[in-house]
Amino acid sequence: MVRLSALINPLTALGRGTIFIVIEMGRIAIFFLRSFALIFYRPFQLNKIMQQIYFIGAKSVFVISLTGAFTGMVLGLQGYYTLVKFGSTGFLGAAVALTLIRELGPVLTAIMVTGRAGSAMAAEVGIMRISEEIDALETMDINPIRFLVSPKLAAALISVPLLTALFDVVGILGGYLTGSVLLGISPGAYFTRIETSVILDDVTGGFIKSVVFAAVIVTICCFQGYFTHTRTEGFGAKGVSISTTSAVVISCVLILITDYVLTSFLL
Amino acid sequence: MKEPLIQFKDVYKSFGENHVLNGTDLSIYKGEITTIIGKSGGGKSVLLKHIIGLLEQDSGTILFEGRPVSDMNKAERKALKRKCSYMFQGTALFDSLTIYENIALPLKETTSLSDSEINSRVRDKMEQLDLHEIDEKYPSQLSGGMKKRVALARALITDPEIILFDEPTTGLDPIRKKAVHKMISDYQQKIGFTGVVISHDIPDIFNISQRIAMLNDGRVLFEGSHDELSTASDPAIKEFIQGMENRHEKMDCIPSVAEKGTMAREQAFAMPGQTGFSIILLHLENLNEITMNQGSGASKAILNSFVSKAHDCIRATDSCFFYGQDGILILLPGLAKDNAEIMCDRLVSMINIRDILDKFPATNFCLFASASFAGAVSGNRPEEIIAGSEFKQSKKYKFSFCNELEGM
Repeated sequence: MVRLSALINPLTALGRGTIFIVIEMGRIAIFFLRSFALIFYRPFQLNKIMQQIYFIGAKSVFVISLTGAFTGMVLGLQGYYTLVKFGSTGFLGAAVALTLIRELGPVLTAIMVTGRAGSAMAAEVGIMRISEEIDALETMDINPIRFLVSPKLAAALISVPLLTALFDVVGILGGYLTGSVLLGISPGAYFTRIETSVILDDVTGGFIKSVVFAAVIVTICCFQGYFTHTRTEGFGAKGVSISTTSAVVISCVLILITDYVLTSFLL
Repeated sequence: MKEPLIQFKDVYKSFGENHVLNGTDLSIYKGEITTIIGKSGGGKSVLLKHIIGLLEQDSGTILFEGRPVSDMNKAERKALKRKCSYMFQGTALFDSLTIYENIALPLKETTSLSDSEINSRVRDKMEQLDLHEIDEKYPSQLSGGMKKRVALARALITDPEIILFDEPTTGLDPIRKKAVHKMISDYQQKIGFTGVVISHDIPDIFNISQRIAMLNDGRVLFEGSHDELSTASDPAIKEFIQGMENRHEKMDCIPSVAEKGTMAREQAFAMPGQTGFSIILLHLENLNEITMNQGSGASKAILNSFVSKAHDCIRATDSCFFYGQDGILILLPGLAKDNAEIMCDRLVSMINIRDILDKFPATNFCLFASASFAGAVSGNRPEEIIAGSEFKQSKKYKFSFCNELEGM
């Protein structure tokens, strides 16, 4: 009997864990679909969307430019010293641009937005939950998801692709700075290679990724905050802190997983 | 027979192992204020959240105008929700919005009113609730009492048919408490909404309630009018009411010296006039003399002692307050003026002067008290009633309390 239970217990735990994950994924999917559908519910919440674009987008410009510039500069350096071994430093522009546009631009932008805006969303919604503000919205017949989540989702779907584009452009200029200005590659070769190697599919792929990442960030972060009160591992302020941490960690992990899945489909 | 507006039938609700509602039966009637009393943590807020649909019962039925809420479709539930308004125990104001935005939010989000219309309604409500020059402030910059008033303004802004108040006066000073009670009562008379109030302000809250329900261990132990509650024989009810009253009366009746006059006036003013009541106004006439001879400590001790003795003698539903520097005001709900006089005779006969003066055994003085009475009906302004009792309407009685042991 003891042996049998020793065999069954891990299986039970595995089954329970799997069921929990599947249920959670279903809840997140429903949460996303409701939030997305409610963006188009009239009257449109243009004011709130604009405020969120300012918060998620405009206020992230500096940090995105900074990370974009240094990522491009590092790529320029690494790429140059790798390519110089093969005598093909002329391809630096293509290497930097393709890496940024296809992969690093969308992924790093999404991770930066998660850190800057996603954590704030989780904390804000979480605090509203524990201070009964979300209940208050419901009693006023104001749909909390429409009021709180939909504007953030709409704003992220607009802002994150734009921030990604900014990241790419600044990154390419960073690569130019190290490759051409510091290490002496011809600027003409650098930019011509970019022009000849980057095709529209690369840009579209990066754009699709950034849109999906935006949806992932807002859905996960707001979901974690929205259901702070159902957490069993911590209540009140502790619950909010756990929600915020989980929101950032899960978002980042999901961004990387989704990136792999999308890349395998897009290539 | 009157049909209840909202009715709970055998409602059960548990949170894990914690059984909060255990077969709750309750009726709430249209146009009435129903007060729910009971021990803290007894499920009162949970009950209220079921009415507005924030929580769903595990079993049992909640009926609205005779129809089970669970049978209603989405649109009907939405319509029901629009009729209700909820004032949260912790105010639940939006911390990131200004006070103006907080109050305007329900109108902005659920109506198609123009900005100017919303503005005028919000200003009106803020004016009525004495909320001045705080439009641009945030909730965290306000005191607890002010936040409560803002929450009340937000609850009233949509002119709802049903208002649910979850401890609207908890954390307020006695003056504000009375003011909030008066406001609820006035609004109820003006708009005729149906109110459900959770409160621990016993007995003050009874003055504004038509019905009272007592929740104990998830079941309604008592449901009925104030008079029925006064005569209830159940020891659990008696113990609870008496316990709560003692606690509150001590707070009401023994304020700091500085607050005495204002507090009594404010409290009397805040007294609702929806049921008939009468007042006894007792003046300790030579208290000034005692202050001069024995010091203010002596007169203060005598006044406090007199009030606590008076409080022991009055009925459970009566209340007493300080009035001015040397007065005691006793409110007797549901009692005519003549009966108040009889009550006062009894009160005076029950007060033993030795108990009051025993703190000053070596002193040799008399205590004179005069009593005046007035009856009031619905619509009377309390301050007029008091003025009437002081100057014209009532004859004056004179009782003298002397320390006989001292050979007076």
